[in-house]
Amino acid sequence: MEHFFSLFVRSIFVDNMVFAFFLGMCSFLAVSKNVKTALGLGAAVIFVQFITLPVNYLLQTKVLDPMGLGFLSFILFIAVIAGIVQLVEMIVEKFSPSLYNSLGIFLPLIAVNCAIMGGSLFMQQRIGMDPDNTQAITCFGDSIAFALGSGIGWALAIVCLAAIREKMEYCDIPKPLKGVGITFITVGLMAMAFMCFSGLSI
Amino acid sequence: MANKNNEALKQPMWANNPVLVQILGICSALAVTAQLKPAIVMGLSVTIIVAMANVIISLLRNTIPNRIRIIIQLVVVAALVTIVSEILKAFAYDVSVQLSVYVGLIITNCILMGRLEAFAMQNGPWASFLDGIGNGLGYAAILIVVAFVRELFGSGTLFGFQVVPQCFYEAGYLNNGLMIMPPMALVLVGCVIWFHRAKNKDLQEN
Repeated sequence: MEHFFSLFVRSIFVDNMVFAFFLGMCSFLAVSKNVKTALGLGAAVIFVQFITLPVNYLLQTKVLDPMGLGFLSFILFIAVIAGIVQLVEMIVEKFSPSLYNSLGIFLPLIAVNCAIMGGSLFMQQRIGMDPDNTQAITCFGDSIAFALGSGIGWALAIVCLAAIREKMEYCDIPKPLKGVGITFITVGLMAMAFMCFSGLSI
Repeated sequence: MANKNNEALKQPMWANNPVLVQILGICSALAVTAQLKPAIVMGLSVTIIVAMANVIISLLRNTIPNRIRIIIQLVVVAALVTIVSEILKAFAYDVSVQLSVYVGLIITNCILMGRLEAFAMQNGPWASFLDGIGNGLGYAAILIVVAFVRELFGSGTLFGFQVVPQCFYEAGYLNNGLMIMPPMALVLVGCVIWFHRAKNKDLQEN
């Protein structure tokens, strides 16, 4: 039980998908212009991560490993992710058309969001780890804790950045730096702040 | 026609660079640039995969049903990435360990999907091939610039060889440890974008 909790907290703060591994940057930079949309995309990512990661965990441990088909994992993982994203897209379109419109192209692009694929690949790497390590994923429960933690970490990051960018609208920034340039530097500073958590021993 | 092919190759190198202008493929561009060697391997792998995927999709473009094109593109890319990853594991094991999950993440590199959607679906195989090479090299160029600065100032080496002379250290010079940390990659790319936009005035936002 303790291991679930420490893995969960660790993947939100210490191993944050955005600030420690730069995963999911494309949509992170493009959809962080206002907090409301950012929140919607964050929730969608948490949901997709929460479903795909445990499914991929089961595929890896119950199907690929016993059959020695490890090299097929890339194709299989991406197929699972693409399928589930399609499903989420249909659900969002039906129940919340306004969110669907504001997310636009980025909803289908969750399929190629590196945070999702990266989560599955990290899970694959961590299966064989020593169980005492807080990063290890040794059972099905671990994979759920990691999925939730990394999804929430990503959502937290995008909401924070969106809030900062809303305020930054009114700042006097050198012209060539406006838009993407200053966003990169802001994310860099946020990442430095998040580095403080790396001293956290859980 | 020759002119158009030329454009497809040259445009992405500077004026329409995938990283600086289209803001695609940032994830891996930041993560593998702490040293030059993995950055170059990554740049080359992406160039080869983009070019090959562009050719394959461009050949198939008239037979792919529109509704399921994303899944088909992903499968083609995933197959190519699997091949490259196995080759790296066989012939350059230490680099593939350094790159860790980021080789697999080439699948979700937005440059690939972006080029397949925007270019290969409408153009012939040869033009698509050149477009792939151009975008791959444009991406590799940014990786190399960032990795050069980070390795030089972060560990005083280039390609693992000591560049900063020993007498500097004796005189009190220290490696800037922050350069190897993730945040500096972001700040550096931000500065490269700043420089690029200062040169290309039409890209500036109001």
